[in-house]
Amino acid sequence: MSATSAGAASPPTAPSFYKATIGKKVVMALTGTVGAGFVVVHMAGNLGVMGGAESFNRYAAFLKTSMLVLWAARLVLLGSVVLHIRAALQLYALKAAARPVPYAKKAYRAATPASRFMIWSGSALGAFLVFHILHFTTGTLHPSFIEGNVFHNVTSEFQKPLIAGVYLVSMAFLFLHLRHGLYSLTQSLGLSHPRYVNTAKLVANALAFVVAAGFASVPLAVLTAVVR
Amino acid sequence: MPLDFPTPSSSSTGSSTSGTLDARIPDGPIEKKWDTRRFEMKVVNPANKRKYSVIVVGSGLAGASAAASMAELGYDVHCFCFQDSPRRAHSIAAQGGINAAKNYQNDGDSVWRLFYDTVKGGDYRAREANVYRLAQISVNIIDQCVAQGVPFAREYGGTLSNRSFGGAQVSRTFYARGQTGQQLLLGAYQALERQIGAGKVKMYPRTEMLDLVVVDGRARGIITRNLVTGKTEAHAADAVVLGTGGYGNVFHLSTNAKGSNATASWRAHKRGAYFANPCFTQIHPTCIPVAGDYQSKLTLMSESLRNDGRIWVPSKKGDPRSPSQIPESERDYYLERRYPAFGNLVPRDVASRAAKLVCDEGRGVGPGGRGVYLDFADSIGRLGENVIRERYGNLFDMYARITGENPYKVPMRIYPAIHYTMGGLWVDYDLMSTIPGMFVMGEANFSDHGANRLGASALMQGLADGYFILPYTIGNYLAQSKGPKIEASHSAFQDALKGVKLATAKFVSSRGKRTVDSFHRELGKIVWEKCGMARSRTGLEEALARIPELREEFNSNVMIPGSGEEMNRELEKAGRVADFFELAELMCFDALQRNESCGGHFREEFQTPEGEALRDDEAFCYAAAWEYKGQNERQTLHREALSFDNVHLTQRSYK
Amino acid sequence: MRTFSLTLNVWRQKSASEPGKFVTYKAPNVSEHMSFLEMLDVVNDDLILTGGEPIVFDHDCREGICGSCGFMINGIAHGPNRATTVCQLHMRSFKDGEELWLEPWRSAAFPVVKDLAVDRSAFDRVIAAGGFVTAPTGSAVDGNAILVPKPDADLAMDAAACIGCGACVASCPNGSAALFSAAKIGHLGFLPQGQPERDNRVLAMVEQVTLEGFGHCTSTGECEAVCPKGIQISYIARMNRDYLKASIAKRPEASVGGSG
Repeated sequence: MSATSAGAASPPTAPSFYKATIGKKVVMALTGTVGAGFVVVHMAGNLGVMGGAESFNRYAAFLKTSMLVLWAARLVLLGSVVLHIRAALQLYALKAAARPVPYAKKAYRAATPASRFMIWSGSALGAFLVFHILHFTTGTLHPSFIEGNVFHNVTSEFQKPLIAGVYLVSMAFLFLHLRHGLYSLTQSLGLSHPRYVNTAKLVANALAFVVAAGFASVPLAVLTAVVR
Repeated sequence: MPLDFPTPSSSSTGSSTSGTLDARIPDGPIEKKWDTRRFEMKVVNPANKRKYSVIVVGSGLAGASAAASMAELGYDVHCFCFQDSPRRAHSIAAQGGINAAKNYQNDGDSVWRLFYDTVKGGDYRAREANVYRLAQISVNIIDQCVAQGVPFAREYGGTLSNRSFGGAQVSRTFYARGQTGQQLLLGAYQALERQIGAGKVKMYPRTEMLDLVVVDGRARGIITRNLVTGKTEAHAADAVVLGTGGYGNVFHLSTNAKGSNATASWRAHKRGAYFANPCFTQIHPTCIPVAGDYQSKLTLMSESLRNDGRIWVPSKKGDPRSPSQIPESERDYYLERRYPAFGNLVPRDVASRAAKLVCDEGRGVGPGGRGVYLDFADSIGRLGENVIRERYGNLFDMYARITGENPYKVPMRIYPAIHYTMGGLWVDYDLMSTIPGMFVMGEANFSDHGANRLGASALMQGLADGYFILPYTIGNYLAQSKGPKIEASHSAFQDALKGVKLATAKFVSSRGKRTVDSFHRELGKIVWEKCGMARSRTGLEEALARIPELREEFNSNVMIPGSGEEMNRELEKAGRVADFFELAELMCFDALQRNESCGGHFREEFQTPEGEALRDDEAFCYAAAWEYKGQNERQTLHREALSFDNVHLTQRSYK
Repeated sequence: MRTFSLTLNVWRQKSASEPGKFVTYKAPNVSEHMSFLEMLDVVNDDLILTGGEPIVFDHDCREGICGSCGFMINGIAHGPNRATTVCQLHMRSFKDGEELWLEPWRSAAFPVVKDLAVDRSAFDRVIAAGGFVTAPTGSAVDGNAILVPKPDADLAMDAAACIGCGACVASCPNGSAALFSAAKIGHLGFLPQGQPERDNRVLAMVEQVTLEGFGHCTSTGECEAVCPKGIQISYIARMNRDYLKASIAKRPEASVGGSG
């Protein structure tokens, strides 16, 4: 410090963008945006299950038209997930280091549980993601997996209350994670403005609800025999 | 004990008085004096400045601005404060604003008018040349602060906004909401931090100065105590600068911060710096009254409230009824009655004394009977609650927070409180004390406000001293004082260090039956009653008999837990209170020798038939500077004659 | 006048290097008109005279502006009243028989000095890194030569009201200093005087915040809710935006100066 010229705010010398927590949060926000975009599209596609086996299977087949596009998309998604989780774990470690002695008593005035437990809702979603891929994508954990018959794969499993329950609970986590994440990314990316804060929160809540409810509607529809 | 003071005419024979003091004011017309001095000054070569080290004690407006400015010039600066950060110095609490003769309002303001107002406001007991320079520099201060990013209030066109203040007839007060002191201090603090970051200033927070070290007649360093570890240390330098604030806490209850103290000033005084006009203290009429014995400090409510509030007390003594039950006919609107022309808007000192008077008569209100009503019922009835809320909402909230009463429904209770001290260490025109090499700035010195300070002038003076006066004048001193390099291992430092350690050891072995605070509270009560809003010979003599007794008890019966080698708040307070005891005595002596009333000093024996202050310019047109002569010795009075060549002496009148 | 009694569980810790623990004290005869700190003064007087060690807490102006005071009361920074420092908090906000937990700010960047007092010099170092305008004394132009639109001046002032108490860090679930640093960056960033160094300022201050070991911001809004001066988290968004912009626009460092 003492070697700098008289009092000038000298720019940091090391490439420190990612070193700062703001940098990590920007990465979280951008990768989170990718993830959020994906779940919106994914959810919209899923609603196709309501149209019956034929159309839904056709839609699934369409997605695999070009393996290049498919794998490119999968790579982007995987990359985002990895960067998102990496930043999350690093921030979690920093957070623990930032307060080594916890409060004996701590109360919250403004912080919602959703905002305080992002790491846990995120962890739950991570675990769900692994299960979900092994369950419906590779079929590893699926007792009667039929390659190409997505409608069967889905409806046969969602008839089991336990499986449907796992998906429904996971969607509750998705709601909580999205609801805070979508608002928080406007802060992290500096897009927030006092005039639109309430709108941003409202939109984040609404979008999170629509996505989670849309996803949840599939197991619910199967469970209640609306779709079989 | 004979407490007569010889009048100036017999000073040559008086044992407790000595010759006159020379302030070394430059010759020539008053407008040219500062230019003249700056030109006469010896200058330190830029390349040599880093070889000179300067100690700055205090990090308020004066200390932080001086430390930053000197570091910018290239000096090796060491800055000390007792707070945990330089940003917390008590300058931060100043609310109203800062005066400057910018004449941005085109209302006829000028350097001359600001100078005139300040000299007159000080009741003709300030040094003309200093005040003129202050008014000249005031305009540079605003420029400097704007450049630093101080968020002053603005007009819609983007220009600086002004408000009127404290009786001035022009609008010259710059402000940043009700937090002007905070914003100006943060500006100076940021400039200081810039230099700390650049390695040009070494900052010592949570460090208290406990002694001044004088070698061969020059100030060469200080002894400090680290308030976290308790370590006492010696620091040597080529000059020492004090910006350590006022001594209002001698009264225990004041609007000062709890930590504000006179220890640095007083220890320097004991090393040879004269202390001037200690009896000049300022009392603010509108503070929230004391609520109980546990009260730790007093909170100021802006004087502007008197624009719409009416001040009254019950006509009957000890009336137990609530204010709403007292009919109009049984209320005494005493200011409106006694001063029909000015009414509730009489000056601070007059309003304060009048409140004291009605409370002395037993007509005060609230717990302890020390309070008067400030009633907004009429204004609310006339203007509506919303208008009042717009004007004073934040003040009403603050009042409600502290008292738990709703001032929209119940009249406020207010009482005067100490909030500024005009007296302080004597300095010459260059801000140097009677110890060569020791400079004093801001509220800690005595020079600019005379017997009464005008509103929004304290911030102006602190920053004028720190940014624009001291950095020049100290160069003049350093350029001419090429003494040998002195290290902290010098015997003078070791002796002083020993003295400080001895005093600490004595304190921490005190296991008496009373807390430091209980003594401070009792001392404050004596000084408040006998040397507060109104003073009299008998009262002052009583105080002078009582204070040494109490000090004796303090020395033998104070309880200080813990050790000196750790953070020990009781030990810190004990040292400060010990100094307040001695300073309180000097205040009373000073008040006793000044057989006149002027500004904040009101001697009951010296008043006009209408009860107004009666100045005696023949005998007392001087600054009284006291020289320390040793423990329990009478201090020697030196006089600096004040000549008024540019402002004519007249009686202040409010009729 | 209502008086009542309280039970206080106070964190006692002799120094940064020694472990601390909660100690329980009774506060009898608490007057509703006392400030919280005056209540502690009375508890301390009793401790001193009965051979105990008084509880250390930082405080100075006791009118909510110096930023010295602050600790957790039942898990809330500065206690239950909004926009109120603990020195301005009065006892009428509490009930007879209540049990209170007093804890120091907990942050790795704010080591405990003693009991409830912590070392917040990390904040000073963040300011020293760039929280200023380089305007050496004497170099200023006339005050009115720099026009500042009133709305900008007001927004700058809103942020500049920060008293540096540290409640934002203390209350944040992640121990983030985002609100503190964003307030200073926002204060100077809204003013024309702050523009020349705007990029460097945010880069340097954010780097220092990282070095001090503060946590990250997850936009919980807890800091804003306990801030005694009501500073809004929208300033954090602004800081993030400035940081992003400055990081993208950053030029390679000039070869002159500052290389040692």
